[in-house]
Amino acid sequence: MFAYIIKRLLYAIPIALSVTVVSFVLVYLAPGDPLNAIAPADAPEEVIVALKSAYGLDKPVPVQYGLWLLRAVQGDLGTSIASGRAVTAEVLSAVSNTLLLAGMAALGGVLIGCILGALAGYRHGTWIDRVATVVSVIGVSIPHYWLGLVLTIVFSIWLPWFPAMGAGPGGSSEWLWDVEHLRHLVLPALTLSVIPMGIITRTVRALVADMLEQEFVAALRARGLSAIAIFRHIAKNTAPTVLAVAGLQIGYLMGGSILVETVFAWPGTGFLLNTAIFQRDIPLLQGTILVLCMFFVVLNLLVDILQPLIDPRMGRG
Amino acid sequence: MTTPLVSLQDLSVQFCGNRKASALNEVNIELAAGEVLGLLGESGSGKSVTLRTLLRLHPERTTKIRGRMLVDGQDVLALKGRALELYRGGTVSMVFQEPGLAFDPVYTVGQQITEAIRAHESVTEQAARARALLMLERVQIPQAKRRFDAYPHELSGGMRQRAMIALALACQPKLLLADEPTTALDATVQIQILLLLRELQRETGMSVIFVTHDIGAAVEVADRIAVMYAGRIVEQGPVGQLVRAPRHPYTAGLLAATVGTENRGQPLMAVPGSPPDLAALPPGCSFAPRCKHADEACRSRVPPLLSSAGQAVACWHPLMPLAEAA
Repeated sequence: MFAYIIKRLLYAIPIALSVTVVSFVLVYLAPGDPLNAIAPADAPEEVIVALKSAYGLDKPVPVQYGLWLLRAVQGDLGTSIASGRAVTAEVLSAVSNTLLLAGMAALGGVLIGCILGALAGYRHGTWIDRVATVVSVIGVSIPHYWLGLVLTIVFSIWLPWFPAMGAGPGGSSEWLWDVEHLRHLVLPALTLSVIPMGIITRTVRALVADMLEQEFVAALRARGLSAIAIFRHIAKNTAPTVLAVAGLQIGYLMGGSILVETVFAWPGTGFLLNTAIFQRDIPLLQGTILVLCMFFVVLNLLVDILQPLIDPRMGRG
Repeated sequence: MTTPLVSLQDLSVQFCGNRKASALNEVNIELAAGEVLGLLGESGSGKSVTLRTLLRLHPERTTKIRGRMLVDGQDVLALKGRALELYRGGTVSMVFQEPGLAFDPVYTVGQQITEAIRAHESVTEQAARARALLMLERVQIPQAKRRFDAYPHELSGGMRQRAMIALALACQPKLLLADEPTTALDATVQIQILLLLRELQRETGMSVIFVTHDIGAAVEVADRIAVMYAGRIVEQGPVGQLVRAPRHPYTAGLLAATVGTENRGQPLMAVPGSPPDLAALPPGCSFAPRCKHADEACRSRVPPLLSSAGQAVACWHPLMPLAEAA
């Protein structure tokens, strides 16, 4: 088991490296010149050259990548062109906000998804199953920026229960665990939780329904185990797959919340990414993409390590 | 005669899923304590259904059960909740056909036996573990201590079936149901498992219902054999008599299709045709369409199971009349 973890950790290194290459190069494939954003269109040649060398844009791309990587591993992602502040600090503050939002959404989505899915699986073919299926299909297919707007209209405008903008009163991005801040969290977290909820419901429903048909469940009943004890067996058998699906969903939530964070002006990574794209703020863009990609790498690593701890048949290869 | 341990009276089972299928039709079985009954028949004849009905394993919503089932003085069809849980695995337990599919893959063999013991008796975890280990030793699993912590997929097929037997016997059941326990195993391992089952039966004095389509296996372990066809018992009798002098044409057909000492060197005789559709049974004897002795009476009326001196046959034209019991 220990050897497996070490091996899996070593695998993560080349994956992480290729992620850095992609996140660095992708930005160069996008049309437009970053200097357009800071230098006036009629700036004299010397000013452009001076700016280029100041940002290191005059060197060949591989050299730029090398220098960038060297600084990145030391925690320095450069300076934002638009705001002039350190990218690392900006990204970290956005990441903590997004983690909070995605964490809440994932918690709610996975929890409700598991409960609905298990109910539907156990009551396969009954009205409960049909209701759960409809809910999960709606959850998966509804565009969530639209859902965000509808929730805002209903719970923010018609019924003034929850605020619709920002992560706290007065547009501050500093998070505090108090009622006022939690109220800001409700609508965006609810909106975001709908997709993982739908996907987890579908996954759990299919797994549980399939599991109940298996010979070993009949064998468990033949041993005289109670319904609760049998449920424990089913839960442990479905857990590895649910974990894998949930891990991917949380990864998507970390970066996929661009639209929702924009709708609710939530100061997270999605919002930051959106800003960076429109301002052609290349260091900020690269830094944000890199951090988001690293989340995927780390999440997958965690799932890969957790799975064989639950199911002994996995991860012995 | 004392009261039998198991008594099935006119037991009928109907599955009403998308189509209705009569899996069991008025089956009567009596089994004394300590007796071993071999249930013989081809696929779909109702052998496994009988065992699963005895443990009430069929989905309640889609299964209709009629008749009576008495096991150890309990009316099995009336059992509910905790009583049913104690009955399953406590009074009656089962060895499944595929030991690879009948264990939960994510718990060790030892954990599963321990869990089963603790579901029936209020003993400590340690005591249950000790007993589980003892059971593994009793079914002759080498290095039982090490195998205790093995996951099912880490054991060989024969080892797994031994562990399955250990699990089934862990709570000293009065009746063991064995559902083709050797079908999924290698030929050499099959014999070992059969011998083990016979040995354990003699040691514990439990009753066994042994389902098989292998006449050789049935002869090896059973005291009595019941032959099933299309959800009915067509012939019943002590092993020796039934094998030497079958009365029902179907039993004779099964015997002729088996390699034995008498027909060595001759081509095997297959029973022509295939078993009837359980959703549309013929009005008369279900075997009539495949039987060369069949006449009008066979095709119009179901023959009753008539018994005399421990033997029974359900046929309008038995190969040998019952009274002439040898």
